[in-house]
Amino acid sequence: MLWEALKLAIQSVSRNPLRSVLTLLGIVIGVAAVIAMVTIGDGTTRKVEADLSKLGSNMLVARPGRNVFGPGGNSDSRAFKERDVAALRNGLSHVRAIAPVSSRAATIVSGAQNYSTTVNGTDSDFFIAQDWDFESGRPFSEGEVRSGSAVCVIGQTIKTVLFGPLDPLGERLRIGNVSCSVVGVLTGKGQSAMGTDQDNTVIIPLRAFQRRISGSTNISTLYIAVAEKEQITEVQAMAERILREQRRVVPGQDDDFSVRDMTQIISAMTSTTSLMTALLGAVAAVSLLVGGIGVMNIMLVSVTERTREIGIRLAIGALEGQVLLQFLVEAFVLALLGGVIGIALGLAIAGLAAYGMQIPFAPSASIIALSFAFSGAIGVVFGFFPARRAARLDPIEALRHE
Amino acid sequence: MNDETLIAFEGLTKVYGEGSAMVRALAGVDLIIRRGEFVAIMGPSGSGKSTAMNILGCLDTPSSGRYLFAGVDVTRLDRTQRALLRRNYLGFVFQGYNLLARTSAVENVELPLVYRGMPRAERRRRADEALHLVGLAGREHHKPSELSGGQQQRVAIARAIVADPHVLLADEPTGNLDTARSREIMDLLKRLNAERGLTIIMVTHEPGMAEFAHRTLRFVDGRIETPLMAETV
Ligand SMILES: Nc1ncnc2c1ncn2[C@@H]1O[C@H](COP(=O)(O)OP(=O)(O)OP(=O)(O)O)[C@@H](O)[C@H]1O
Ligand SMILES: [Mg+2]
Repeated sequence: MLWEALKLAIQSVSRNPLRSVLTLLGIVIGVAAVIAMVTIGDGTTRKVEADLSKLGSNMLVARPGRNVFGPGGNSDSRAFKERDVAALRNGLSHVRAIAPVSSRAATIVSGAQNYSTTVNGTDSDFFIAQDWDFESGRPFSEGEVRSGSAVCVIGQTIKTVLFGPLDPLGERLRIGNVSCSVVGVLTGKGQSAMGTDQDNTVIIPLRAFQRRISGSTNISTLYIAVAEKEQITEVQAMAERILREQRRVVPGQDDDFSVRDMTQIISAMTSTTSLMTALLGAVAAVSLLVGGIGVMNIMLVSVTERTREIGIRLAIGALEGQVLLQFLVEAFVLALLGGVIGIALGLAIAGLAAYGMQIPFAPSASIIALSFAFSGAIGVVFGFFPARRAARLDPIEALRHE
Repeated sequence: MNDETLIAFEGLTKVYGEGSAMVRALAGVDLIIRRGEFVAIMGPSGSGKSTAMNILGCLDTPSSGRYLFAGVDVTRLDRTQRALLRRNYLGFVFQGYNLLARTSAVENVELPLVYRGMPRAERRRRADEALHLVGLAGREHHKPSELSGGQQQRVAIARAIVADPHVLLADEPTGNLDTARSREIMDLLKRLNAERGLTIIMVTHEPGMAEFAHRTLRFVDGRIETPLMAETV
């Protein structure tokens, strides 16, 4: 019986292909919008993840303030100090490098050229932690770090903009009113996941930064590069314990700093897209409602058109429930067809966008299955009223209908 | 009530509309039809023949009076029970043919079996058998529009008998046919009546067709004119 109903439904839907498709526009648009947006969103996330993991999947980042990497974080807590760094260096094992960093946006000048960039005050561990290679020159010497000498290492962008084809080694550049000489040039890394130019950077010894640029002994970020990926949680827990001790966080009190690894930072960042999700839900809800009403409308038309047929079926032995089933299945098939077209359209849009935006094409089986199931459900819900009308027809009246 | 009595109307009335628009389609009908009978119903247009047939076929309900089918008071059954009665005991040949267009002869014939949940293979076998019986072997896959009036009428008869009903109700089965075709249909009905013991109630306008039946009931103004049980042939 179900099979028969399915056969009939397919016949009846394919009898009026244009009408069926027009009816389904609402469902098609709704499903396509959801599929396209979710697929593009997933692709973007994957791209961000891939870029960030290039940055080092065994990197821990510590910042003052609770929950600073996610939404609703606060960062007005005390900054780190050099003794915190020393304590970490003493207490942590399985670590490749620990780099304290303070940074600030600044304009740098060399000769007639000037350029705005980010100045990072740090030490030589920074180059190890962030996997920087040197195109020429060298990192800071221990002496330069300890005394906070006026030396700097520059990124590719700075080299190109300020020095062009010339060799910048030994040249001087001015950061605000601090003059320093270039001792090293980094190889290029290109754009970061967030679209910023990683090569637009000037790095000077931390003490030089503190004394001459920021005027305070604050350290805003600590990068901890863990030796083996498996040790990351262990190191994270240890670092948190040491920092709690250093900053005198008593047991039971919330930490006033955060230590996170890259995957945690990624998930914190992607969780801020709840507004996007809500918007998506609204679009989907409205167009699926419109789609459902479309299905209901066309099913009512279909029932009226086929009144006589329904009368015949009822007269020769169809039970109410069987006629109900037939029209429910028809509405279901119709809506499902809309879902399928919508999924295909959405994937096509997402595919084009992925190609255009240079992100991976990431169709998700679960969202496709969900859209499919949801459009079927729309058919059943909105098809019920017309189907019941068909089933309740009086056979005599229906047979008289022209 | 006689043992053989299959169908009985007791003071049956059917009223359409209200007030000045009120029509008494049936104004108190008593009748008894026995198992295995072949009964013709005649009467002028508007005398209530189709109304009576629809009630007999459990497609419609009377305004008052009783309708007993095999001793069961049909007027007390609900819609679903009437549908089940119709499905299990009655076959209906309509005044128009009422075949599904765009559906082949054999598919039209097997429709009642579909709703009984019969497996496909057996359904097809029985539909072919019924079509063979009405002389339409070889026309199974023709659509109604590809069949003549007489052939369509025979498809309708095949559909009415495919589920082995106890009673065949035929409302002007030869209404649109010439005499030769009509006689073929009547021969077929007569054979079904004689060979299968199928009880047949048939409405007709033509006295020549009524002669095929055992007896004839005459409807006039919503009443039966002939004595209740006339001579049986
Ligand atoms: N649905 C209805 N609403 C109102 N009046 C009706 C309805 N059906 C039948 N009637 C009336 O009931 C009376 C009997 O109709 P019925 O169809 O039974 O006649 P009939 O004997 O079958 O006529 P014919 O030989 O023309 O088919 C007629 O006067 C008709 O107008
Ligand atoms: Mg009539």
